[in-house]
This record gives sequence, C-alpha cells and structure tokens, in this order.
Amino acid sequence: MNGASVLDFARGPVFEIALAMLIFGIAWRLVGIFALRRPVDYSEPRAGTGWGSGLRMIVSRSWPRREFRERVLHWDIVSYIFHVGYAVAILGYVPHIMLIRNLTGLQWPGLPGGVIAFAAGLSAGALLALLGHRLTSPVLRRLSNFDDYFSWLLAFTPLVTGLMAYYGIGGNYQMVLGLHILAGDILFAWLPFGKIMHVILLAFSRGTTGAAYGRRGAPI
Amino acid sequence: MTDETIRDVLTRRGLSRRAFLQVCASVTAALALSPAEAADMTKRLETAERPTVIYLSYQECTGCLESLTRSFSPGIASLIFNDISLAYNDTLQAAAGQAAETAKDTAMKNAWGKYVLVVDGSVPLAQNGAYCAVAGRSAVSDLKRAAGGAAAVVAVGTCAAFGGLPYAAPNPTGAVPVSEIVRDRPVINISGCPPIAEVITGVILYYTTFGVPALDHLHRPMNFYGNTIHDRCYRRPFYDRGMFAKTFDDEGARQGWCLFELGCKGPITHNACPTTKWNGGTSYPIESGHPCLGCSEPGFWDKGGFYKALSTPTGHWSRTGVVSGAVAAGVAAGLSTAAVARARQGRAQKKAASADSEPKNPTS
Repeated sequence: MNGASVLDFARGPVFEIALAMLIFGIAWRLVGIFALRRPVDYSEPRAGTGWGSGLRMIVSRSWPRREFRERVLHWDIVSYIFHVGYAVAILGYVPHIMLIRNLTGLQWPGLPGGVIAFAAGLSAGALLALLGHRLTSPVLRRLSNFDDYFSWLLAFTPLVTGLMAYYGIGGNYQMVLGLHILAGDILFAWLPFGKIMHVILLAFSRGTTGAAYGRRGAPI
Repeated sequence: MTDETIRDVLTRRGLSRRAFLQVCASVTAALALSPAEAADMTKRLETAERPTVIYLSYQECTGCLESLTRSFSPGIASLIFNDISLAYNDTLQAAAGQAAETAKDTAMKNAWGKYVLVVDGSVPLAQNGAYCAVAGRSAVSDLKRAAGGAAAVVAVGTCAAFGGLPYAAPNPTGAVPVSEIVRDRPVINISGCPPIAEVITGVILYYTTFGVPALDHLHRPMNFYGNTIHDRCYRRPFYDRGMFAKTFDDEGARQGWCLFELGCKGPITHNACPTTKWNGGTSYPIESGHPCLGCSEPGFWDKGGFYKALSTPTGHWSRTGVVSGAVAAGVAAGLSTAAVARARQGRAQKKAASADSEPKNPTS
C-alpha cells in the first residue's frame, strides 16, 4: 500500500468502522450500566438526595487529598500535563476541529500550529514519563495489565504520528498522515472497550460514588 | 531521430545564438538545474539530434494539449519547429484520415526504437477496448504497437499517468493508465489536469539532452514533483498561524488566508504550481483564491470531494446509517447485558432471601 491508499483507507472505510465501534461501545456500556438493578437503600438519608455531593466529588477528586499530596502530587501534575496537552492538541488544531465539525456541526476558532505542536510535545513527554513510572513502580506494575499498556500505546501513537506529520518527519507525508489518522481511528474504536472509557465514565462513576457518600453524610 | 541537430535547425531558421541561450536558460531555470548542468544542457542541445515525437491521444479531453500550446518558454511553435520533430498529433497536424496514419507509420518505421512516444488520455480495456478506437484499432492495441518502437514513453496528464477522470469510480470503460500497458519501456508520468505547459516541454527537452530524469515513486520527474504545493505555498504562514478562510467570500478569503478548510489538497499534492505557475508565470489556482484540487495525484476524483477538508472523512458510507445502526446495536447489546445481569442479581437475591428464611440450627 502506498501513502495515498493508506490515507484514503484511513479517511474512508476504517474511519466509518471506528466511528460505528465508538458509538456502539459507548451505547452498550452506558445502557448496560444504567439498566442495571440498583440496590434499595432503606436507610434514612442524612443529607438530602446526595446529588450535590455527587457533583462536588466530580471536582474534588480531581486533586489529591492533603494526606496523599506529598507522595503523589508530582505525578498528578505530570498526568495533568498529558491530559491538558492532549486536549489542546485535539480541540485546538484546526484540522481536528474540521473533523469535529464534520461529525457534530460544532466548531470554534483554532490555535496556531506552533502552540499545538508544543502542547502535543509536552503531552507525549508526559506520557513517556508516566509509562516510565508505571514500569518502575512495583505497586503500579503489579496493578497494570494489558489494557493499561495497550491504551497507553493507542494514546501515544496519534501524538507521535501527528508531530511527525506536522514537522514532515518520516518520509512520505501522505503515508505519515494516513498512519496518524489510522492511529486516531484505532483509538476511536478501542475507546469504549478499555480503560480509556474513563473519558466518558469519569463523571458518572465519581458522581454516583459522591451521591452515595453524600446520602450517608460523609464529607466530600 | 532526424539527422539535423537542434542547433542546425535554429541556424537554418535564422535564430541567433543569444536567442538559443535564452531558451536554454529558461528551460534550465524551470528544471532547477545547477549552473554546471545548465552549461552542459546548452552544449548537449547544440549537438543533440531532434527527436522524433509521436503524440497519441486516447480517453482525454484535449486539455493537456491545450495546456501545452500555452507554453511560454519554450513556446509550442519553438518546440515543434526547432527542438523536436513532431511526426504525429491528431489535433495539431493538418493531415487527416489515411494520410495522417500513413505519416505516423512512416515516422515510426524511420525512427523505430528511437522516437519519444507522448500519450495523453487513459486506455480503456473493457469490451476488448471498444470504448476508444483510432483508425479502426483499439487504443490498447494502438498503444502497444506504438510503444514497441519507442525509446521512452511520456504519459502527459493525470488520465495517462494515473487513469484520471475515466478511471474514477465506477470506471465504466475499464480505463487504465499507460504504465499498466507499457511495462518494458521507461514511462515518465507528467501528471496534472492538465499538467503545467512548461513542465511538459521542460521534461521533453530534458529527455532530449540527458535522457530519463530522476523520478519519484509514481514515475514523475523530481525536478517538478519533488515538493508538495503546501511546501511552496505563499499562504503557508497562515496555515501555521491557524488563520483560515471559512468561505469563498469571507474576510479570511479576502485577506488571502489559508484555504485548507475549503478543501485544499496542497499538503498531499506534488506539483510545481507555486513555483512555475501558469500562463507564463501569472498565477496558480491558490493565488486565484481556489483550493488545490490535488489534480496531479492518483485517484484525485475519488478523495471524498474537492471542497472537503483533508482531515475529514471521505464519507465512505452513509453517516446516518452508520450512526443509527451503531446506536441501535449498542442499545440492544446494553439492554441484553443488563437483562442477563439483572437475572443474575435476582437469583442471587432469592438465594440470599431463602438462606435468611431457613431456620437456624440451634446448635450452631
């Protein structure tokens, strides 16, 4: 396959299959979770229904509690660099905004290419650091499974191929761009089936936990 | 080849050496040759024999020849009267019918194994090639016969180089590019819809003096197809700064911002438009406010739409079908999974309830 056919393949049938898998997977997981039977709580609520606590927990769990701060704060910061850089690269780059507009009709002004490249570079660096941490920390290594490493690879590949396409590294531009879009397609397809689903489930899981705790009167 | 050298012809026609050097300078500049190569080219052009050129047209629109006739340096008249011996071209020649075919056969016989075969248009293979015939012969048999005696084949235009419009889906005529028919001769692809006139003449003159030029993986001369439109585009700084025209008449379009959002295929298109330009260096499509269509790349008709940004999907399937199908399947799968889980929960609860209701063993 030459560069042109890889690009056409990635923009054509593979993208549609990835989109179908993304939507199917999200619908399957959300409906599967929300249609589950909830255990009946016979206890008297101590602080209303707990919805306020649920919303508070979505925010409060985004930063380590004071007790753990000294031990984990720096890794949280590295993680934030990765996430913010990733979000800037995805949501700020005009070709990406064009894709979002094509899918949803939504659009917003983009950022200069240099800013995007800087954000993507930082994000890639942070991802490498996080992988190093995962591999060197005995506890994290024990907790990690295939999903962690595979999800890491799927998050890292679009960043690297995107930077290569931007800077014209790696020879044939069409091939590099095609591989970048292909990497994005695979990320799309895998998202609902692995741990990357946290981009959608994060709010639900934290909110549900916060609501349950709040109902019982626990401080959030 | 004719016996006369190019220099002999120019002298006979009363062209001064200065005029000859001007032609050489403009061609070497267009080819981006080094000063040493430019001097070498001048020397070789002086002594080179005029090559016999046979120009065949198949499934095409004559746009490529229209483009060639607008070559400024060298002009088409200078090219066909001075630099080459054009033995056959069904549009430019005065002869027609049997006389033209006889002239072609004679030229081929006289220069067998030495002539340059220029082809524009794709070659249909469906229905035994019946979709395009010249003088009672199908295009494919005509091309095979002519290519048999050619020193090299120059495929002019995207139709000849990559199939072009006739090759676009669903390709009803079974069109193929020249390179699929001619496999035992060097094929130089000069793609574009149409190609730039100076690129066609420049490549022919280069072949006359140096032979086959360095080619890329699609057999296009690197001198003209080595860079993308995006690499040399004067609007590139706006791309880097994230400044894009959103429509053809907005402020961005008036300010000359990047046309990526309007579907510009410049980043993936290799051609010399931004440097050589058109109509004697007047401008090129992007300079006129229109995005690059990517006409010098294979399959440019089937890349999802001229006005679709490169980063957007080509729309391979119906978007509504994909989304609604995936949602329906996902909801069904989710409900089924939840039903299984609920049934399991129910059984576990019943089991727990029956365990609670059983009388406790007083001894335990």
